[in-house]
Amino acid sequence: MNQKYLIPLTTVFLLFLVAYTGVEGAGLHQVFGIFIPYLAVLAFLAGFVYKVLGWASSAVPFRIPTTCGQQKSLPWIKQNCIDNPDTSTGVLLRMVLEIFLFRSLFRNTKAAFNKNESNTLSYSWEIFLWLGALAFHYSFLVVILRHFRFFTSPVPSCLKFLEYMDGIVQLGLPGLFISGAVLLLATLFLLARRVLDAKVTYISQAADYFPLFLIIGIAASGLSMRYFTKVDIVGIKTLTMGLVTFSPIIPEGVGGLFYAHLFLVSILFAYFPASKLMHLGGIFLSPTRNMANNTRAKRHVNPWNYDVKTHTYEEYEDHFREKMIEAGLPVDKEE
Amino acid sequence: MNKNMIITGLIIFVLAVLSPFWFNIITTIEAAPKPELLGNAKEEKKCVLEKYDMRANHPSLLDEWRDSVVRDSDRQYKAANGHTFEMSLSTGKNSCLGCHEDKAKFCDSCHTYASVDPYCWECHTNPKEIK
Repeated sequence: MNQKYLIPLTTVFLLFLVAYTGVEGAGLHQVFGIFIPYLAVLAFLAGFVYKVLGWASSAVPFRIPTTCGQQKSLPWIKQNCIDNPDTSTGVLLRMVLEIFLFRSLFRNTKAAFNKNESNTLSYSWEIFLWLGALAFHYSFLVVILRHFRFFTSPVPSCLKFLEYMDGIVQLGLPGLFISGAVLLLATLFLLARRVLDAKVTYISQAADYFPLFLIIGIAASGLSMRYFTKVDIVGIKTLTMGLVTFSPIIPEGVGGLFYAHLFLVSILFAYFPASKLMHLGGIFLSPTRNMANNTRAKRHVNPWNYDVKTHTYEEYEDHFREKMIEAGLPVDKEE
Repeated sequence: MNKNMIITGLIIFVLAVLSPFWFNIITTIEAAPKPELLGNAKEEKKCVLEKYDMRANHPSLLDEWRDSVVRDSDRQYKAANGHTFEMSLSTGKNSCLGCHEDKAKFCDSCHTYASVDPYCWECHTNPKEIK
């Protein structure tokens, strides 16, 4: 056992229990159903804006794009326009592919000793992090979008279409949503990777495990409510609609599991800006990705440059001309 | 990235996060349906499950009923309150819709509100519609 994942795991358990017992035992429905969710949204937005504005105001004096292909050079040398872009179109394409397809993860490699007698160290392509990340991010996106059915009434047809596509396998009752199952499995895979691969365990901190456990807790409690323990969905929707129309009501007959789910989501929102999850905003602002590599074509002046007092040769000669002529040194201008 | 682009992106993001709030201001909201007992149900006042249990668990109950009827031809359901009911969604006086007569109010209003689209009516018919 490793305290780096034991502490976050315990924390998520405790957070769950705090909300569950707080509602079931102490009857704090108002706190966990209204007060904390509002606070979490405020903390999320304020923290997010604060972080991004902080990044926006920091100086980026140098062009530091990572280059993963041939730079623009002589006309007969083929440039890699996406991986080493020199125009803003190339940069845009690179960013779009990075944001939607995670190309840099696609290039992930692993180092391992060969299992034969030679026992040499070799590097090989490792695609599973990329696959797990894609599955996780896209299923989470669909799950979040699906939740808009609790915040809109009547529910827009595009959301109904999304639900229809997500539940197209018509498995079980209520029908299985593929995104929910994929979300839980993908987070479990990403966790297993951190726990079981010794090299990844070594570089994993509590701040890496905590969001994973939190999202696993959210997914597990959500799936449990939908498929196993069951909840009064109309009651829950009156609460969520009350929240977004600023006239919150606490419905009767909704149990602690829902409030625990809501509390974990609130914690995720509030924790988001202070965590590594801020790569949501950071990916757009990473100077190694969003800059064109055109330093050979264009002069970029360091914005930090102050006015340096220079003393050119002409000024030097003007200053010392007579003395130079006296000493017999050559001068550019005799006068 | 220049500052204007960052600020524009940030504003779009904040608006997207706040969309549940402003979307409900610019559109008219359909209020939550208020369940009411009509017809036979109003007089009977006894059902297969308790109120909140029913709201949460009726899909799985109907699922169990379907298996029981189709596979074991067992149509009798003994409820926790001691009464025995006929396991049927839409046939006969003792079925769900025999007692709760108005499908639009009894089923559809909540299903539409919660954006749930059960496939009951791909096989069953609303008894009121057969005429």
